[in-house]
Amino acid sequence: MATRTVIPFGPQHPVLPEPVHLDLVVEDEHVVEAIPQIGFVHRGLEKLVQKRDYNQFVYVAERVCGICSFGHGYGYAAATEKLLGIEVPRRVDYLRAILEELSRIHSHLLWLGLLADGFGFESLFNHCWRLRETILDIFQRTCGGRIILSIVIVGGMAHDIDDAMLRDVCEELDGLRREYKIIVDTMLNDDSVRSRLCGVGYISFEDALELSMVGPFAKGSGIEHDMRSTGFGAYGDLEHFEPIISTECDCYARCKVRCEEVYQAIDIIKELVAKIPHDGIGGKPGPKVVPPEGRAHVLIEQPRGEAFYYVRGNGTKYLDRFRLRTPTSQNLAGMVRALQGVDLADVPMIILTIDPCISCTER
Amino acid sequence: MAYSSKSPWLIHYDGSSCNGCDIEVLDSLTPLYDIERFGIINTGNPKHADIFLVTGSINAQNIRVVRHIYSQMLEPKVVVACGICACTGGVFRDCYNVIGGVDKAIPVDVYAPGCAVRPETIIDAVLKGVEILDEKARRIEAGEVLTDPEDLLDDDAVNARLKAMEERE
Repeated sequence: MATRTVIPFGPQHPVLPEPVHLDLVVEDEHVVEAIPQIGFVHRGLEKLVQKRDYNQFVYVAERVCGICSFGHGYGYAAATEKLLGIEVPRRVDYLRAILEELSRIHSHLLWLGLLADGFGFESLFNHCWRLRETILDIFQRTCGGRIILSIVIVGGMAHDIDDAMLRDVCEELDGLRREYKIIVDTMLNDDSVRSRLCGVGYISFEDALELSMVGPFAKGSGIEHDMRSTGFGAYGDLEHFEPIISTECDCYARCKVRCEEVYQAIDIIKELVAKIPHDGIGGKPGPKVVPPEGRAHVLIEQPRGEAFYYVRGNGTKYLDRFRLRTPTSQNLAGMVRALQGVDLADVPMIILTIDPCISCTER
Repeated sequence: MAYSSKSPWLIHYDGSSCNGCDIEVLDSLTPLYDIERFGIINTGNPKHADIFLVTGSINAQNIRVVRHIYSQMLEPKVVVACGICACTGGVFRDCYNVIGGVDKAIPVDVYAPGCAVRPETIIDAVLKGVEILDEKARRIEAGEVLTDPEDLLDDDAVNARLKAMEERE
């Protein structure tokens, strides 16, 4: 009869830069149960919407998370514009989609690095993060910031990115694609990597549906669920869009989906840059414009999956309620399921492959 | 520039940061900024670490964790508050669950502002920390006994801070 032991994991743990606590109940190195405890990063940011007016809050919304920061600003601004009944120029939609795809590349490269670090492949980790700097340089040149871009405002963009700059971005991405290919070949074909990822953390198609998982975690289990196929913003103008899926249902599948999504994002950016219209970049609504009573929501596809933004107005310049449902909060249930029955050594791999973003989840 | 006779090791803890500063802290360890060229290594064990980098503000849930990690580090030790949230609470200072900067929980030696803090600032702050580390090492050699604040593992002190936060609300 094996004895049960409880091993605490986190909140301060070398594998994860973010604080999450798990009580791992183990029996002879096998995890029987994982009990998560969250709340270390909770700031109470949603409530701040009652203290900052709707134009100011876009900067707070951007700081929900530093990795998908642009997407949160985008989601909040889009929901508020819907509430106000503002139609933004098409160029704004295009620029937002381009920056969202750039954020996706940056987020996935960051994640690939962390995964490599997780199984001890230090040089691969450093190469991924070196490549990621290309994207941060693009951000810095086009928006002025490395992490927090502050380019989205309610009603449009704070400033334009001109066509010459956009063409330059495409050229940089060509260079990135060449170097990235070498990294991906190692990531997907190297024996030592495959032995850590293949068959680990199995979640079947049915389980994924039942636990309503989203993003690359769901796509790795064969679910074709991607908000970009609904054609919000500029995504409706794409010639052809199909979510990338994989049917192996394990850690390797989720890694493969993210690797492929970077190529897809590069193609999307190039297509959008070629087609970008010139109809202005909008601007802040006038000082007399206040959100009416009512509510609005939008769904966008963040690097980690579907994110839901909800705003409720009350006829003053302060919104009544801002609500955000993040992809990670959807995926935590799947993570706990995937952890059951695995070896203790595989726990970091499984936690990493859901790409948890704790600060989004807890806000 | 500071000169240190030993290679200082880092430990990083994410208080309630938005991840922006965390990835910049990790970023300063990777090839472009490469803080490792100063002999600095990121470690996960507080007992091995000399410099404690904290990102993000202090809230009701993590104040005990931060104080616990700090109390496990051996003297001489230096605390660097990375990012404006860690310095003062920043954009989140009015949130109901935010007590304030890291100095509400533990003594801070170096403040590195920025949102998100830039890797150059982190490198500067860490090197400044090395200077303070050396100074503390000299004081220990001279026979001085450096001790943690008396109330560090005291629950009453934490509760007093939590009460102050609630009253502000």
